[in-house]
Amino acid sequence: MNALAAVTPHCHAVTLPAQDDFDAWRVAARALVQCGVAPDRVSWCAPGGEGDLFAAGGGELPVPAADAPQVWAGKTFVQLARTAICHADPARFALLYRLLWRHQANRQVLEDRADADVRRLEDFARSVRRDIHKMRAFVRFRAVEEDEGGERFVAWFEPEHHILRTNAGFFVRRFANMRWSILTPAGSLHWDGDALVEGPPAQRSDAPGGDPAEDLWRRYYASIFNPARLKIGAMLKEMPRKYWKNMPEAALIPELVAGAQQREAAMVKAGASEAGERPETLAAIDKAIHQCRRCPIGDLDNEAVMGEGPQDAPLMIVGEQPGDQEDLAQRPFVGPAGRVLDAHLERAGIDRNAAYLTNAVKHFKFVPRGKRRLHHSPTAKEIDICRWWIEGERAIVQPRLVLALGASAARSMLGKTVSISRARGQPHPLEDGSELWVTAHPSYLLRLKDEARDEQERLFQADLAAVAERLAELTG
Amino acid sequence: MQSLTVIEKLEILADAAKYDASCASSGTARRNSKGGKGIGSTEGMGICHAYAPDGRCISLLKVLLTNHCIFDCHYCINRKSSNVRRARFTPREVADLTLSFYRRNYIEGLFLSSGIVKSSDHTMEQLVETARILREEHDFRGYIHLKTIPEADPGLALRAGLYADRLSINVELPTDAGLTRFAPDKNPRQIEQAMGGMKAAMVEHKDAGKRFRHAPRFAPAGQSTQMIVGADGASDTQILGKASGLYQGFRLRRVYYSAFSPIPDASAVLPLKRPPLIREHRLYQSDWLMRFYGYRPAEVMAAAGEDGMLPLDIDPKLAWALKFRDQFPVDVNRAPREMLLRVPGLGVRAVEQILLARRHRTLRLADVAKLTVSIAKLRPFLVTCDWRPTALTDRGDLRSLLAPRTEQLELFAA
Ligand code: SF4
Repeated sequence: MNALAAVTPHCHAVTLPAQDDFDAWRVAARALVQCGVAPDRVSWCAPGGEGDLFAAGGGELPVPAADAPQVWAGKTFVQLARTAICHADPARFALLYRLLWRHQANRQVLEDRADADVRRLEDFARSVRRDIHKMRAFVRFRAVEEDEGGERFVAWFEPEHHILRTNAGFFVRRFANMRWSILTPAGSLHWDGDALVEGPPAQRSDAPGGDPAEDLWRRYYASIFNPARLKIGAMLKEMPRKYWKNMPEAALIPELVAGAQQREAAMVKAGASEAGERPETLAAIDKAIHQCRRCPIGDLDNEAVMGEGPQDAPLMIVGEQPGDQEDLAQRPFVGPAGRVLDAHLERAGIDRNAAYLTNAVKHFKFVPRGKRRLHHSPTAKEIDICRWWIEGERAIVQPRLVLALGASAARSMLGKTVSISRARGQPHPLEDGSELWVTAHPSYLLRLKDEARDEQERLFQADLAAVAERLAELTG
Repeated sequence: MQSLTVIEKLEILADAAKYDASCASSGTARRNSKGGKGIGSTEGMGICHAYAPDGRCISLLKVLLTNHCIFDCHYCINRKSSNVRRARFTPREVADLTLSFYRRNYIEGLFLSSGIVKSSDHTMEQLVETARILREEHDFRGYIHLKTIPEADPGLALRAGLYADRLSINVELPTDAGLTRFAPDKNPRQIEQAMGGMKAAMVEHKDAGKRFRHAPRFAPAGQSTQMIVGADGASDTQILGKASGLYQGFRLRRVYYSAFSPIPDASAVLPLKRPPLIREHRLYQSDWLMRFYGYRPAEVMAAAGEDGMLPLDIDPKLAWALKFRDQFPVDVNRAPREMLLRVPGLGVRAVEQILLARRHRTLRLADVAKLTVSIAKLRPFLVTCDWRPTALTDRGDLRSLLAPRTEQLELFAA
């Protein structure tokens, strides 16, 4: 007879050998049910837990009569109970017994999810499962050299419930060919590649303090998150602070969060300045490009040059960028290349004044050489950035046909670089239903001599003639 | 230039991978490392080993083999014309990193994608080689997800499937027009062809697996894809239409949505502001409605407004219910499962529990309250033996009574 039983003769105190010993609980519970011991007459405890005090004498279990009825427990109950018994709450043994007791009268008791006991059982099982899951997720091994050579991976973890043993299988299956130890305040596990050995409780200082791979891991952790989308609540919900102290990467969180807003602003700025809505009139675009500094060309000593021509022109002619003279005159195509273009347009029967003339890039890109400004071609990136403006112009003018002069202009319309020799002489459909035609830039003609120039002039003229013809078809 | 150290490369190539939404590592064949030479296991449900301050989980080493790229897609940070720092891993370096992280229990495996260097085929070969080193040389049994290059030789994708758990091919943008505009080097037909080829290979291997016990497994976790939201003008209904087409056509496991983020070096054809993150969330919720709640695509789309956009202030399930009020209130004690699932605020779990509980008793409002997060928002849509919402479902201001309802988000939290 134990102490408790001696005081209250009708009560039973059961001491389980371990906090998570489901099988021992089952044996005791079965006997108690068979002897008709009601739940309120049993007190349960396990070593190290509350109620240990009364366990001193060790309780004798009542012995059921030989013809006692079988104890009934459904599969769901056994499964849930096996999990829930790992819960840290000392009341779990009694709860399980109460439900087992109620089971005998009502086999469907578990199905009533609105029942308080059932819900408590589910809650217990759920937090145990969560703890098991978090242990699988948040254990961090650190490598240590072993005396006999080779590495052992050692982790320190502080589970909330009594899950160490239940969870051992997972680590064995995953790290079967590694030697590892998991140390916890309630016990430890050691695997040597063949056998699993349980050891005594450990302290944090028993585990190694660091691992060279942690620098890599921290760098990875810091790089993989997107500072443009901070969601601290979502992080905390899944990775509560209590786990942080044993996770090497968690130390970075405060500075990552603090730096995120700044990083996002920098990202946007690196992309370009805040654009807002694109202006919807040519006059407003004209004004806006003069203030534009989205690419470095705008910072040079120059002025933006706006396109010109009728707002309803059926033909839009796109050059590369304003040159020295265009920049000074503040008008497109007024320099030497413009004069070459004019001559060919006239021969092809295209009225320059009826077309909308503009450039892919709005500012003049140059390098100063003494008093002169030497033309520099814009990069693909600068063209892509400036595309914002010419798309605005195109959306307003809505030409039926766009003629791109040279590769930069073609890129501006297509978003990709094409070769002039392959792209010329045929229409390229644009998404708004208009057509793009591509030819060389007149300044290219200016750089050639003799026969080569004659040849290119002929091709250029042929392209313009084809455009004139197509334009006549399109505009009826 | 001095060559970069592994840690510097990791920084660059992980940073470049952060726009990929997928990090899932679940749904593959069960494996463990017992009886083998290496490490690794997969037990159905993937494990998230850490969470980043952006709320997303980290379950895989998600990196690019290289961020050099011969393509010039405007939404992509690695585009040819971008000025980002470039780096390049060898397949062996990635394999070593994966193993070293895996041994310390930081990850479930590897999610490898790449910019296109030299050629699509060359790049795809490098991806496959990385997986081969892990599987064949190290007997690695963890999870591998490869993002395949649709322009590469289909034969390479088939080899990839023999090593990888999951393959993905990104459709990138919901409309062909958007793709032509923002990814001039990509071709929508080619992307779909590659997906089709992948689906065919999966079906074929599954079939062989039934007949021959030792038939090789082919991408047992299936294929997935990702769409960027908010870079082009596509509406939510267009996006959902595309997604449901993909689910049906290619039997995808998942469609991921990635709200377009402003990227350094973006070109000016892209909006500079990110779309509200909540939009991405609403799309995921709609996806859930189709996959777990039995909504047909057309029904989810009907929850959108005339502009084709889902409301941002309320979730799509509530939006649907408010629009089709004649379907409510639903009698908790009598309604079939499908109708219970349509009650805003009732999740799949709660519905299962109601179905079980009502076999034993007639449910009162208080009983339902115990099974759900908040009864207040459910009341207008429910009938129990002691509650009937009279005219509540007809009230014009019902929407404003129920929105904003941030708690509803919890139900969908993945
Ligand atoms: S060249 Fe174009 S993008 Fe660059 S600053 Fe001028 S207008 Fe802006």
